Amino acid sequence: MFSPVNIRVGWYLAVRQLRRASRWTTGLIVFVMLLTFLNLVVVTGFMVGIVDGISNLYRAQQTGDVIISTPKDKNYIEHSADVLAFLKTLPQVAAMSPRYVAGGTLEANYQTRSDINQKANSTGANIFGVDPSTEDAFSHISGFVGEGSFLSPGDYDTAVVGSQLIDRYSFGGDIPGLTPLRNVRPGTKIRVTINGSTREVVVKGIIVTTANSPLATGVYMPAEEVRTLLGRDDYNVNQIAVRLKPGVNASDFANLLRRSGVAEQGVVQTFNEAIPSGVAEVRNTFEQMGNAISSVGLVVAAITIFIVIFINALTRRKFIGILKGIGIDGRAIELSYIFQSTMYALLGSAIGLAALYGFLVPYTAAHPIVLPISNAILVAPVPDTLLRVLLLVVATVVAGYIPARMIVKKNTLDSILGRN
Amino acid sequence: MPLHPHHHTSAVKIEVRNLTKTYKNGDVITPVLKGIDLTVLEGEFIAIMGRSGAGKSTLMYQLSLLDEPTDGEIIVDGREVHTLSDREKELFRLHKFGYVFQDYALLPDLTALENVVIPLIMEHMDTAQAYAKALEALRKVGLEHRAGNLPSQLSGGEQQRASIARSIAERPEILFADEPTANLDSESSKNVMKIFEGLHKEGQTIIMVTHEEEYGKLAERIVRLDDGKIIS
Repeated sequence: MFSPVNIRVGWYLAVRQLRRASRWTTGLIVFVMLLTFLNLVVVTGFMVGIVDGISNLYRAQQTGDVIISTPKDKNYIEHSADVLAFLKTLPQVAAMSPRYVAGGTLEANYQTRSDINQKANSTGANIFGVDPSTEDAFSHISGFVGEGSFLSPGDYDTAVVGSQLIDRYSFGGDIPGLTPLRNVRPGTKIRVTINGSTREVVVKGIIVTTANSPLATGVYMPAEEVRTLLGRDDYNVNQIAVRLKPGVNASDFANLLRRSGVAEQGVVQTFNEAIPSGVAEVRNTFEQMGNAISSVGLVVAAITIFIVIFINALTRRKFIGILKGIGIDGRAIELSYIFQSTMYALLGSAIGLAALYGFLVPYTAAHPIVLPISNAILVAPVPDTLLRVLLLVVATVVAGYIPARMIVKKNTLDSILGRN
Repeated sequence: MPLHPHHHTSAVKIEVRNLTKTYKNGDVITPVLKGIDLTVLEGEFIAIMGRSGAGKSTLMYQLSLLDEPTDGEIIVDGREVHTLSDREKELFRLHKFGYVFQDYALLPDLTALENVVIPLIMEHMDTAQAYAKALEALRKVGLEHRAGNLPSQLSGGEQQRASIARSIAERPEILFADEPTANLDSESSKNVMKIFEGLHKEGQTIIMVTHEEEYGKLAERIVRLDDGKIIS
């Protein structure tokens, strides 16, 4: 069997065979291994990254790391001013944005509507009342305004509208039943209605971003105007999004808020807790799809190694026969091929790991790939990646062993003499 | 120890009784060896000679356990070796036999030294000891200065000497050589035969297949084959 002396001889042969092999051949095999490794990791990583990209957008642009929201049985976060004052005392907080939030409708082109029976050019939307400077510091929303500009302190009767609410940007423009606004540009007047209260405002800017960004379906107005439309005479808000300083654990911070009594005023959730359960299911689905696609790559890699080792062993059949003839155990010869294929896989994986964590992951984190539905990042948790390295090595070991075994078990004298 | 200070003793090293080898290819049956009886004494240098197709190499493959006879007995040091399992034969070849092939049979990825080292490592020798022993074997065939060269960097004669070094490094009890000079020029052939003569003088049992009379005469005894039978 694979005794220590067989391992020693197998290793001795493998190292020398690899060291003196053609660099082009070795380079090509390692390149195939590298591509297989990247296929295993990157396909799944990007598919999961599409969903995580959406989640990250919500985290960066809406929920922050921790979000305090209105309890189901209330209309607002009670004692909002006290909660905000408390948050300001906490050193873990990097930024926060209190918001009035309401569902409402927008209507455009009402001035030119000549027939009362004609369908109104209106659409539903989430309407956020925000302090322009505070919100921009929190979500950097002004950077996404593609037409016009974002709100400024002191603005009145103005709104900034998300691109999915405008027909020329929206998917809804092509989908019956969805009615994005037509002919709306910066400077266009629209009607905003919340709880039956209506206000005419001028569109100051249009947020142009990916369809799944929370900014794409929102309408942002000065806080005071939304508060008035809500008919609220206190300053209790509906939502406080908190971004934490780097290194602060969101769960620990949420627990701190709960222990401090904030949970009695509003619902305290970490970003992960606030994600809708459907997002996690979509993530799992994408992950399984990625794994299925990657497994095809694994089979291709195994076949490649099989062919390489088979041809290698076949062309060396005479020498394998000689080795057996002079008394070298067939297991040692088989091991030499197993070691070679393992080294190919490990070398390809090592280069892949360096490319993955040295470049691809940090680069896509800094520069997400902009897709219509998300800003995709590459998700590659280290344990998952190492599991894929193991898969690749196991596949190549099996693929290397089988052809070596086929050649080694042939009759020794036939191998030496080149007889079939 | 297998090496002796003088020529052969009267001890029987190999005894072959009624050895036959027949090849079958479909319905075609080709008898190659037809009842060979042969005794090889310890320390003896035998040349097996005969015309092409006489069965010289086939006989050597049976004696050296690289092939299985169809019938008959092969007894080495009193042990019936034709009944051994494949792995036992492999170990027998490793521990007791040395081989020199017509086309040198060196591994192309290993240097001359490494080619000699491989069977020594298989014999559980530690690396330093194996290298020292391999170098000593190369020195014996006058090739220590080419120890670090790959076979492709050696001449035919040098490759054959490296092959001899590999076969004698662990001092085998019997050295088998199959047409060791067939691919060599005259001078290299003489060098190789000098090495064999030297080994024989040290007591090495050698069984050599050759078709060259000049080199066959250097052996202590010539066994002539014709049509699968020993004729003299």
